[in-house]
Amino acid sequence: MLEQDTGLSLAIAQIVQRLKGSSLHSQLERQARGSLHKPEIKLDSLKEDIKEFLKTSGLFPSPCHPAAPPEHMKEPLVYMRKAQGSWEKRILKSLNSMCTELSIPLARKRPIGEQKELLNKWNEMGTDEPDLSLFRPVYAPKDFLEVLMNLRNPNYENGDQPSFRNHLGLIQVPLKVKDIPELRDYFSELGLNTGQLGIDDSTQVPPELFENEHVRVGQTVLTEQDSAAAQQYVRQGCPTALRAELWALILNISNQPEDILYYEQLKSNVIQHDLLVDSLIYKDVKLTASNDDYYFVFEDYLYQVLLCFSRDTSVLEHFSYSSATPPKSYIRGKLGLEEYAVFYPPNALSQLNSFIISVAPLCFLYHEPSKLYQIFREMYVRFFFRLHSISSHPSGIVSLCLLFETLLQTHLPQLFYHLREIGAQPLRISFKWMVRAFSGYLATDQLLLLWDRILGYNSLEILAVLAAAVFAFRAVNLMEVTSLAAAEAVLADLSTLKVMPLLQIFLFATVT
Amino acid sequence: MAGKVKWVTDIEKSVLINNFEKRGWIQVAENEDWNFYWMSVQTIRNVFSVETGYRLSDDQIVNHFPNHYELTRKDLMVKNIKRYRKELEKEGSPLAEKDENGKYIYLDFVPVTFMLPADYNLFVEEFRKNPSSTWIMKPCGKAQGKGIFLINKLSQIKKWSRDSKTSSFVSQSSKEAYVISLYINNPLLIGGKKFDLRLYVLVSTYRPLRCYMYKLGFCRFCTVKYTPSTSELDNMFVHLTNVAIQKHGDDYNHIHGGKWTVSNLRLYLESTRGKEVTSKLFDEIHWIIVQSLKAVAPVMNNDKHCFECYGYDIIIDDKLKPWLIEVNASPSLTSSTANDRILKYNLINDTLNIAVPNSDIPDCKWNKSPPKEALGNYEILYDEEMAQSDGADRDLRSRSGQSIGLKGYRARDSGKPVLTTWK
Repeated sequence: MLEQDTGLSLAIAQIVQRLKGSSLHSQLERQARGSLHKPEIKLDSLKEDIKEFLKTSGLFPSPCHPAAPPEHMKEPLVYMRKAQGSWEKRILKSLNSMCTELSIPLARKRPIGEQKELLNKWNEMGTDEPDLSLFRPVYAPKDFLEVLMNLRNPNYENGDQPSFRNHLGLIQVPLKVKDIPELRDYFSELGLNTGQLGIDDSTQVPPELFENEHVRVGQTVLTEQDSAAAQQYVRQGCPTALRAELWALILNISNQPEDILYYEQLKSNVIQHDLLVDSLIYKDVKLTASNDDYYFVFEDYLYQVLLCFSRDTSVLEHFSYSSATPPKSYIRGKLGLEEYAVFYPPNALSQLNSFIISVAPLCFLYHEPSKLYQIFREMYVRFFFRLHSISSHPSGIVSLCLLFETLLQTHLPQLFYHLREIGAQPLRISFKWMVRAFSGYLATDQLLLLWDRILGYNSLEILAVLAAAVFAFRAVNLMEVTSLAAAEAVLADLSTLKVMPLLQIFLFATVT
Repeated sequence: MAGKVKWVTDIEKSVLINNFEKRGWIQVAENEDWNFYWMSVQTIRNVFSVETGYRLSDDQIVNHFPNHYELTRKDLMVKNIKRYRKELEKEGSPLAEKDENGKYIYLDFVPVTFMLPADYNLFVEEFRKNPSSTWIMKPCGKAQGKGIFLINKLSQIKKWSRDSKTSSFVSQSSKEAYVISLYINNPLLIGGKKFDLRLYVLVSTYRPLRCYMYKLGFCRFCTVKYTPSTSELDNMFVHLTNVAIQKHGDDYNHIHGGKWTVSNLRLYLESTRGKEVTSKLFDEIHWIIVQSLKAVAPVMNNDKHCFECYGYDIIIDDKLKPWLIEVNASPSLTSSTANDRILKYNLINDTLNIAVPNSDIPDCKWNKSPPKEALGNYEILYDEEMAQSDGADRDLRSRSGQSIGLKGYRARDSGKPVLTTWK
């Protein structure tokens, strides 16, 4: 009985916590205040009455098993958790030593003059060029790949010698990944008999066959504001004019006044405090997006979004289901004092490159900063964070790498073996594509079609499938190369690829 | 007489020379027998001038029309468009319809422009109607943004006033003539920056008008955020999109060169503004290009030895209305980035495929109707002959084949069937 009670109280407390600050909360409060004046409500026994009511209403069925410990929600496999933990330690150490070397504090409060200046320049931070030469990236993709390659499950003994029957790739952990029949089933809407945007909207196909109807359905979905229907709909691709709204619908972003206010608050945090990662972010944007043919136009938006993101503590919530843990830092001189702890930019530490590049395509859809920010944040906490933390989740980077290697080894064994022989393990090339969700490699319209499917299937597995499809497409050329550098050259330019035909051919039109 | 095409050029650009060589053409000198001469605008003046000119033979083709300046000089372009509009008005054509403010509904695509010093007084009258407006001064005969400046006070152009006492200014000679246009101070901004569009249009004949639009145009962005503030009127990095200017800016990037493809622009606009307004914008752009060509067609010397590839500069304002800024007879063939080089190389390649069919010895008497396969990245923008021969409804939508259509736009507004307005 007591357990039930505490379980219920806990649940209630959690719900109240989640609702805090939302408009639903204020509505409930208003209603509650109103109800207080009703005669049936007895104030002294109010708490017990409500509990009784909730129990009998069946909303909270009594738990039968003890609840899983929170670590299991984050990541059930111990060895994965350990690996993530040591990876984080390593990054933090690197960051701390950079601070000491350069004598720059991890965080500091800006003097008023500087605050004013930054506020004035808020819309054009791209033109300011501070001296960033001493900053170096905290780590490179290949460092992360090395860590993943060295993952081993201590409970798994694979005594056999490596042979064709074993896995010849870089990832050596026994996670379950889907094979092609399962993928065909999973991605059934991408099949040859279903209309797709990215294939059936090309100029040779009369629009009456598919496109017009598809657009009409999309508009209906938007009018109905049906999020689940939208998610199903985008599996066949979004018409460009409807994409921004459809994605917002799927991600539950509505840009209410309180959201805009929240963004403004983050902005003022940026103005008031300077974090070391800001310089790292700045440097990364300059190195990547500013030089990109598609994204250079949006450079200033990227700074705004990323700097705000690094101060957004609401993102910390996702750590309850992410294998990562937010590292803490303390304002200078206040080491150990909790109220001066600044939660480090969640994963702003990790793979800064992927961040930047996963914001940039969104600039093609949203030009209002607070909406752009929210869409990005939601995409991050739903999908992109899995690309740079070590976990056993099917959409986690480890599983994606394994899926890619398995697909390639199973269906293009000759190619796989050849590349391995010349020292060009395929994952070494495709890793950087997947870890950035192909942003910066594909043409923007193709990238957006790919991300439509990520949202539609709520999974990143399509990234691994596409990577394998690209290798399959260029297989003939790849068979002729004799070095890693040459293989990289064959796969250097993906900007002319059409994503949907590649996926369709690989999944549905290849003889297995 | 079979043989290889003999070519000459006085523009030493690799994108040209590589294209000639890849066709196996033979380079010759100007005074020899040549078939194809890619000339600069100075040379074309000589070829067709009264004193130094000479007749071209049937197997000789050049890349400019003799009096291209009717379109490519800023003052003459405006003059011809004004004349064209008045003619249509006189004929009672529905195209010349005006709205309640006296503005042309379909033909208002050039900002209000005056020649200086000739129209100085007219300009002052217009200026005084809107004394807070900004105007842009451009020398008629120059390119690459040279000599351009912005004004917002009459005193800044005192020099050009006709009865000015300080008129020792050499503006009387046509070389130093200026045009002054109303500055578009509300350009469409992307990422807070101003940009313009560079589109390539190939004209193979003016009568009947046959023109092609290159699908791969691009946007040129300023490196500095746009502000209409009067304190920044002198900052050319904010206002002028010419690469020749921007590349001297602190933030100029040599990798992308501040350029976006038109398809990127289209994707962005469709995603953020919707498909209908974007399609309407692009239809309008095609429309104004064709109208500008029609305006000069009657005065153009339609020499059959000539073709021309123009560089159209267009600015879009924040109401998604396109404005024709100018037309260039010699669009730059310099490549600022790697992508640029590829684009210009392909541009010349496709141009040559249309102008010199099959890369054979040209015959200027041919009907100038290349087969569809030869178009490459060009699309038929307007073909007067085709428009006239088809009496019935013709599907001009860009989907079916390679023509660009304006059917929806016209029919909706004028209420009359398309073909009558085109004839």
